[in-house]
Amino acid sequence: MKMRKGELLVLFTLCFVLSLIAPSHSGFQSDELLVDNDEVGLPQTQSQQSSSVPKSDQTTVTPPSPTPRRKFSDSDSDSKIQFTLEHAFGDSDFAPAGTFSARLKTSAHGGQTLTKLRFSRNALTDAEKENFKNLVDGDDFYKIRLPSNVLSPPGKDFVVTSVRARCLPRETLDEHFVIHADGVNILGVNYGAPAPCSYPHPAKLPSKWSFNSYTILKNTEQAPRTPLFIQDVLKNGEEGEGEVVAPPERSFWAKYWMYVIPLGLIVMNAVTQAMNMPEEQASGQPGGAPAAPGAVQRAPSSAARRR
Amino acid sequence: MATMLRVFLLLLSLLSITAPAFSLYEDQVGLADWHQKYIGKVKDAVFHTQKTGRKRVVVSTEENVIASLDLRHGEIFWRHVLGPNDAIDGIDIAMSKYVITLSSEGSILRAWNLPDGQMVWESFLQGPYSSKSSLLVPASLRVDKDNVILAFGKGCIHAISAIHGDTLWKKDLEADSFEIQYMIQASDSDVIHLVGFVGSSEFDSYTFDAKSGELLKHDSAAIPGGYSGQAALVSSNTLVVMDSAGSTVTTISFHDGKVTFNQTPVSTLIEDFVGKAIILASKLEGLFSVKTGTLTLFVRATVEGKLEVVNKVDYATAVSDLLAISEDRQAFAFVHSRSNDIDLTVKLGADWNHDLLKESVKMDQERGSVKKVFINNYIRTDRSHGFRALIVMEDHSLLLVQQGAIVWSREDALASVIDVKTSELPVEKKGVSVAKVEETLFEWLQGHVLKLKGTLMLASPDDMAAIQALRLKASGKSKMTRDHNGFRKLLIVLTKAGKIFALHTGDGRIIWSRLLNSLRQSATCEAPTGLNLFPWHVPHHHALDENPSVLVVSRCGPSDDALGLLSFVDTYTGKELSSASLDHSVVQVIPLPFMDSTEQRLHLLIDASGQAHLYPKTSYALSIFRSELSNVYWYSVEVETGIIKGYALKEKASDNYSFDTRSIWSIVFPSESEKIIKSSTRKSNEVVHTQAKVIADQDAMFKYISKNLLFVATVAPKASGDMGSSTPEESWLIVYLIDTITGRILQRMTHHGAQGPVEAVVSENWVIYHYFNLRAHRYEMSVIEIYDQSRADNKDVWKLILGKHNLTSPVSSYSRPEVMTRSQSYFFTHSVKSIAVTSTAKGITSKQLLIGTVGDQVLALDKRFLDPRRSVNPTQAEKEEGIIPLTDSLPIIPQSYVTHALKVEGLRGIETVPAKLESTTLIFAYGVDLFFTRFAPSRTYDSLTEDFSYALLLLTIVALVAAIFITWILSEKKELRDKWR
Repeated sequence: MKMRKGELLVLFTLCFVLSLIAPSHSGFQSDELLVDNDEVGLPQTQSQQSSSVPKSDQTTVTPPSPTPRRKFSDSDSDSKIQFTLEHAFGDSDFAPAGTFSARLKTSAHGGQTLTKLRFSRNALTDAEKENFKNLVDGDDFYKIRLPSNVLSPPGKDFVVTSVRARCLPRETLDEHFVIHADGVNILGVNYGAPAPCSYPHPAKLPSKWSFNSYTILKNTEQAPRTPLFIQDVLKNGEEGEGEVVAPPERSFWAKYWMYVIPLGLIVMNAVTQAMNMPEEQASGQPGGAPAAPGAVQRAPSSAARRR
Repeated sequence: MATMLRVFLLLLSLLSITAPAFSLYEDQVGLADWHQKYIGKVKDAVFHTQKTGRKRVVVSTEENVIASLDLRHGEIFWRHVLGPNDAIDGIDIAMSKYVITLSSEGSILRAWNLPDGQMVWESFLQGPYSSKSSLLVPASLRVDKDNVILAFGKGCIHAISAIHGDTLWKKDLEADSFEIQYMIQASDSDVIHLVGFVGSSEFDSYTFDAKSGELLKHDSAAIPGGYSGQAALVSSNTLVVMDSAGSTVTTISFHDGKVTFNQTPVSTLIEDFVGKAIILASKLEGLFSVKTGTLTLFVRATVEGKLEVVNKVDYATAVSDLLAISEDRQAFAFVHSRSNDIDLTVKLGADWNHDLLKESVKMDQERGSVKKVFINNYIRTDRSHGFRALIVMEDHSLLLVQQGAIVWSREDALASVIDVKTSELPVEKKGVSVAKVEETLFEWLQGHVLKLKGTLMLASPDDMAAIQALRLKASGKSKMTRDHNGFRKLLIVLTKAGKIFALHTGDGRIIWSRLLNSLRQSATCEAPTGLNLFPWHVPHHHALDENPSVLVVSRCGPSDDALGLLSFVDTYTGKELSSASLDHSVVQVIPLPFMDSTEQRLHLLIDASGQAHLYPKTSYALSIFRSELSNVYWYSVEVETGIIKGYALKEKASDNYSFDTRSIWSIVFPSESEKIIKSSTRKSNEVVHTQAKVIADQDAMFKYISKNLLFVATVAPKASGDMGSSTPEESWLIVYLIDTITGRILQRMTHHGAQGPVEAVVSENWVIYHYFNLRAHRYEMSVIEIYDQSRADNKDVWKLILGKHNLTSPVSSYSRPEVMTRSQSYFFTHSVKSIAVTSTAKGITSKQLLIGTVGDQVLALDKRFLDPRRSVNPTQAEKEEGIIPLTDSLPIIPQSYVTHALKVEGLRGIETVPAKLESTTLIFAYGVDLFFTRFAPSRTYDSLTEDFSYALLLLTIVALVAAIFITWILSEKKELRDKWR
């Protein structure tokens, strides 16, 4: 017993040390080796200023091409992938608006999943700002689209979604992406402002022309299995009633208030009656034959006196 | 004794607990429900009248029904509904005791016992190709004392023993594109001819020995001028075909191994002939008919191949096959329909000049023109030949005509219901009290005394019958006025025949029927098909002198881009108020929640090119619509491409009443892994009573209630085939909940190892769907409930008092939804044809699912069984809330069949309509049969039952009052006595 305790202690300390070391360990490694098992990417806040492409360079940098640029990392099961977000103002043509970068993980049995989604928004040009203002004035749609296949865009078709332009502006332009993906395919995008957007809404322009983007990557959920619990029932039967969960004990009041209150009332009533009785007796009402036993016991002397 | 009594009482109370609320007593059947049996449009008919006994006709129909009808009354003796993929190709009677049917493209041959319809044997005929099929039951052909049936199908000819269905011989023709036209038995010999075509240019004739199956001869020859698809047999060795251009008649004679052709241009038969002529398929002696435009020609073909016209008719005509009336004489009939009546003419064989019978029958115009005729003969009392004709009309009705009168008729269009809507009945006129007219006080009392007897179990069987009759009468359920409870309504039914019926919900009788002119075949519209019914004009309660009307939407042909047709029908009288041929197609119809000044509902029709058209075309409607233009959205589910698209309208109208549309969102399913098999939405007129659901721990959950919720189910493309075509590993079912305004995917969930077909129903904030689980080898039903989390923090009382809640803030689809879903799956024993859910006037009554089972019955299943919050050991509080302990499968309680002992054969749909009474919903199930009933999902808590004994109540009250008086007098007396003492 003692030995085991000692072992545990050692294990604990080891774990503790390891956990201390771990962050620094990953710190000096390239972040590409980070294998994140999260199906749902972390919601990340990223304003346009913090994006990797500096604002001044925007004009010189060629707009991200729709073809994916794949950079293979040192581990061959992981590859980096990029795809373009395009936007349109009302019925205008689509133009590149930003780039999603993600990690494509290939599992042992050939399935590919996207993880670690990052997003960088291009800055709005003056013409685009003007377009956006017109959209808000006309209460028109701001549309975005993504390729339906990230490896060979646009795949079968573009995944389009749109939002009333009036919904986006707050302090900045707030947007929220939920990308529903299945392997390398994008099925649909839920796009909109994180805040409620009701109708009609005052046309308001942002004070700061930059996008505040949140992105979430969602893969499919598993449906709950049909309960198969014939065995459970058997187990319960075998292990006896000890397993049966006792209903939570309720307080005395919670259980019996409906009895206690009338009882109290009856008692009170009886007490007041009892209090009144001696007075009645004292006032000398004749023939008080069916009196309370207490009163009867006290009464004889006076009754005797009267007779 | 006492313990026995106790046990008995205990049993009684147990029984009363377990018996579900919706079960019926035997004597309640038929009080609130009705059931009608139909067969569908008759394809083929065989008479059986030889023996003394029941005269009957056996028919096969387009609804894949085989039925034996009573020739005297038209009632069904017996009936079998074959599956939807088991179309009947041929029917005949063998050995005058078996009905033989050939179905499924000539691959299944069955024999049914003629008197009772029991199946005697069934043979599966196999062959390498798929082709047309043909059935021949020779009367006098015997092989080893065994009657032979010859069936051609799948490129093979089979000889089958009529007694036990064994194959006697089988011959593969080894011609994969041979399309058979006729199978002929040369007069009283053992030689069978098979004639048909390969492609459109080659004529083939095979000659067999019917006894041995030996191929005696095979001739083939190219037809000059080609072949257009129709052929008529004019003698046992002469065939007449139309060439592919439709302008030349080719006579083919195949005598003694020689095939000779003889061509006659149609223009020599009839002057000023233009267009295409069609030969009507028939088997007449030396005669055939040609249809050119509206004209029908009867042409005689002589042995030498010469043709001459014997008659021209300008009406729609149907011709029967030949009927042998004696040893050497054969007769046939043809029927013309003129405007108000039809002419039946029976002629003898090739002798055109002599009429055996010529009579004219008055015909309801709503039946349209004659489509088919079958004749049968009988011997009159004066020993001459009499004929009866079975006539199939354009509206799919079936009539028996004899001695110039219609003996009986059947409205078999009702076997093919496309859509159902209900309409309220007119209000009862003031001044006429129905109760006063119907019975005197004495009768009323008598009735109640009878009922009292019934309740006290003193009634004799005669009394019971009287009570039953009284009940039926007293309920007044078949009156033509609106009732207080909203049980009496009109069911407006659109059928495949293009006929509209109004059925009374009380007893199911037809109030009116109308063959819509716009839905009849015409030169401009080749194959009109009805699509949907929409309530067009529903007068509000101050304008009750106006009649409501329905909109019938249909299109000219089966494809999406066929032009649309609209027609407006008064629901009280059945009059077609107006109709319109549209200049655009109709893909989708959206009823808008707006009315114009005359209370006509606005409808938006979407055409194949994506344009939206507004109806009614009035300026007032346009002005209403313009103000709401930016809030109109719709979506389309493109099954072939696997894309769901959402649309909005463009502000600018392209012309006055049409609008351009634009796509605003799309969801793209990867075609290699997902295929859409089902999409389903909430009923647009569903009422939800409460948004919040109070759960056991005094907590509240807010339902996510959106009219724009779309449920979509996709499966792996590999698993979209039949059951057993894929392994559990390569099949999955993915379900989606999609908001149709923004295209947001609210929920996406995968069922691994599951496969279609999927049936689903969406209601309130939940979806229930049914599918097959390949791993468990069982059907499953799953439920998804969806809750709104953004309102979840409204539970604080202080917030509510201080007004710091968002309950009154408007809901927008563009706000980011915070939803939470709960789901659970359960095994279910049956496969399912259709699922519906009960709907009540205010949505307070708890819901029950109505499941159309594989046995064509409707099963009611409490929604509580499909609650995702069921757990193995529910707490006391949860039990009080009504949560049932978790089980792995859903129970099927035999008493909860809504259709009790009846079957709705070929069940296709279940429609629920709320009655005015909150507890009650009206259920209409349709297929080949129709069934209607009233149903209370959680008992009729808001009304007394119909058999409630008012007399007993009255009697009790009187007795009580009397008792009060008596005891009062007694006590008075006693008090007086006491005071005097």
